Amino acid sequence: MASHVSLVAGGGVGAPCDPARSPLPEPARPTLSELFAAHPRDAGWAGFMLAQALRPGPVLWVQERMAIFESGRIFPPGLGVAELIHVEARDARSVLWAMEEGLRCAGLSLVIGELWGDPAALDFTATRRLAVAAERSGVACWLVRLGGSANLSGARMRWRIASLPSLANPLDPKAPGAPAWEAELFRARGAPPGRWSLACEAGTTHSLRLVADARDRTLDGVGAGINFARQRSA
Amino acid sequence: MLTLEGAHGPVIHAVTAAAAAHGARAGMRLTDARALFPQLTAIPADPDGDRALLDRLARWAMRWSPLVEVDGDDGLRLDVSGAAHLFGGERGLIADVAECFARLGLTVRSAIAPTPGAAWALCRFSSPRRGEGDSAQQSGVRAREAIRTGGTPSPCPLPLGERELAAALAPLPVAALGLSPQATRTLERLGLKTIGTLAGIERRSLARRFRDPDNPLDALDRALGRKPDPLTAVQIVRPPRALLRLAEPVADPAAAAQALAILIPRLVAELEARKLGARHLSLAGFRVDGSVASVTAATAIASRDPDHLERLLRDRTELLDPGFGFDAFALTADWAEALGAAQESLVEEPSGSAEVARLIDRLSVKLGGRAVRSPEPFESHLPERASGWNSALASVRGAPATKLAMTASRPQRLLDRPEGIAVIYATPEGLPRRFVWRRAVHDIARVQGPERIAPEWWRQPSTARLRDYYQVEDNAGRRYWIYREGVIGDGRGGAPDWFIHGLFG
Repeated sequence: MASHVSLVAGGGVGAPCDPARSPLPEPARPTLSELFAAHPRDAGWAGFMLAQALRPGPVLWVQERMAIFESGRIFPPGLGVAELIHVEARDARSVLWAMEEGLRCAGLSLVIGELWGDPAALDFTATRRLAVAAERSGVACWLVRLGGSANLSGARMRWRIASLPSLANPLDPKAPGAPAWEAELFRARGAPPGRWSLACEAGTTHSLRLVADARDRTLDGVGAGINFARQRSA
Repeated sequence: MLTLEGAHGPVIHAVTAAAAAHGARAGMRLTDARALFPQLTAIPADPDGDRALLDRLARWAMRWSPLVEVDGDDGLRLDVSGAAHLFGGERGLIADVAECFARLGLTVRSAIAPTPGAAWALCRFSSPRRGEGDSAQQSGVRAREAIRTGGTPSPCPLPLGERELAAALAPLPVAALGLSPQATRTLERLGLKTIGTLAGIERRSLARRFRDPDNPLDALDRALGRKPDPLTAVQIVRPPRALLRLAEPVADPAAAAQALAILIPRLVAELEARKLGARHLSLAGFRVDGSVASVTAATAIASRDPDHLERLLRDRTELLDPGFGFDAFALTADWAEALGAAQESLVEEPSGSAEVARLIDRLSVKLGGRAVRSPEPFESHLPERASGWNSALASVRGAPATKLAMTASRPQRLLDRPEGIAVIYATPEGLPRRFVWRRAVHDIARVQGPERIAPEWWRQPSTARLRDYYQVEDNAGRRYWIYREGVIGDGRGGAPDWFIHGLFG
């Protein structure tokens, strides 16, 4: 059983490569990223996304009503976001409008919009407008698609996130441990697509690290076999 | 019958005429009244609500006179000098008062007299029986009125001359002078039961006997008009308002936007002069047929930035239907807060928090105040209570975020209503193995729990069951928060039900 990080990059599934040469790509400046949940009832993407939130400051979180019905309303005690503004929008058009308004406000640190399915209002022009607004104001923006398909989009980075079996819990072998995700970057400007297995650094929310694939993990605890960690300043 | 909580149980605050007929009196204990007549219906009194109603009535009573004073807990006094002729003299005025209050559903007792003290006395003591409940009282230097609900409306006396006034007051008890209870009791012990007998005593001996500020001679002089007794009128602060009258009615829907552009600078100038910032704005269009159309906007922090205020209302002006045409527009800051002159920074860029507040304003105007919310944590173990939400407009900006001590991990998403799931678990209190949610089967690979959350017995019914929360992970690595409601044999229902409540990220 491999005790090193199994980082899969460049497309070839299972081909090990040096994690130091292909770390998790990161946009040079805040921009629009599109994120597809692997399954509408898989909320793992939220942990992945918040682990990447960098700047402190208020967060604008826009949820389409259908997304709230299907996969729940955000729950502040579990989010660890200090200042939050939540918008419940009736339809996709309102979501996009609210996101664009939020992106004009440089006082925010992050704008998140959740859309359900493939709404007609979400076309290339709409996503391009968001990307331009995000780059102009310097506010990071995540467009989260629940149960949608990857159509034409102006997003600079497009991710597909699925939950992985969590890491071993050091205190209780039967209990879930630190969450882990499989992140697939299938389209990005200026970065090659790839696939990463990631886990949240225990005890902190704002750091990500690469972990062994679930089938390659050792059975003896969390810390074993991790030889690459990405630390980010909160 | 209304009751208040006293030191020794409920005390009667006010009674209806029917309850009074059965022996109930204000000030009695409820148990004593029930001993006299067991079928009495008691309702808790709401003194704050009464007070607020009286304040509103005081503003409304300005239809008769600009000088209105709230008198005690149940009265209004009006100075109607020089105003009575507008209502057909004193008699017409008092009839108008009775009619207008009757239309509001309030029974009033009113009196009109040349001095406030005399009007007070006549209103409350001239009828054979004291009225109960809310009341309002009106008075003037030449005309007084007192209005009490609940009492029988009686034809009120109209003593306008000094001699008539003294004659009208003479049969009233000394309590009608409005003295302290001690002074009234002293007078009664001296055998001076009515104002008439008191007035018959030589002034010098009275002055020798009573030296306090609260003395019957002063009260008598005030009631008879020998000493001044001014009213303290209710101050009404006019909200900042800008008005635009049009020479001709305009039916063009675009006119409202143009009117707004004219009105905003005027309103901002007034706000600036009074050092106020608007929190709630309304733009009203007055149509030629007398009807009014209005749109409103609210702000999260007080603002008098013309561009921002105009932007809030501009899109909404389309909602103003001109009908047969508008002939006037009014822009009112219904709710304004003190706002000093502030300079955020030396450069023009507004600060982050002010910008976020403006963003909240824009979102709330377009999507509705209830759609834009911020978390308001509440100290409760029940997750749906702990994540309180409050309108982002109402939440205090800049307040330090309250951090609740977290005992266990919480999901990142919570379903608005927990959804029932079918679970295979080791009864009675074993770990869940498999569950079906929305017709999909999830095999549980790992589970942590239970975290037991007991019902809040102080607010939930006694049938509420405890919850055992489990954090479960299925084979695909998706993590959910499920709970079992109740345990077998807790006497609060049959077999426990399972629910899914949250999703972990």
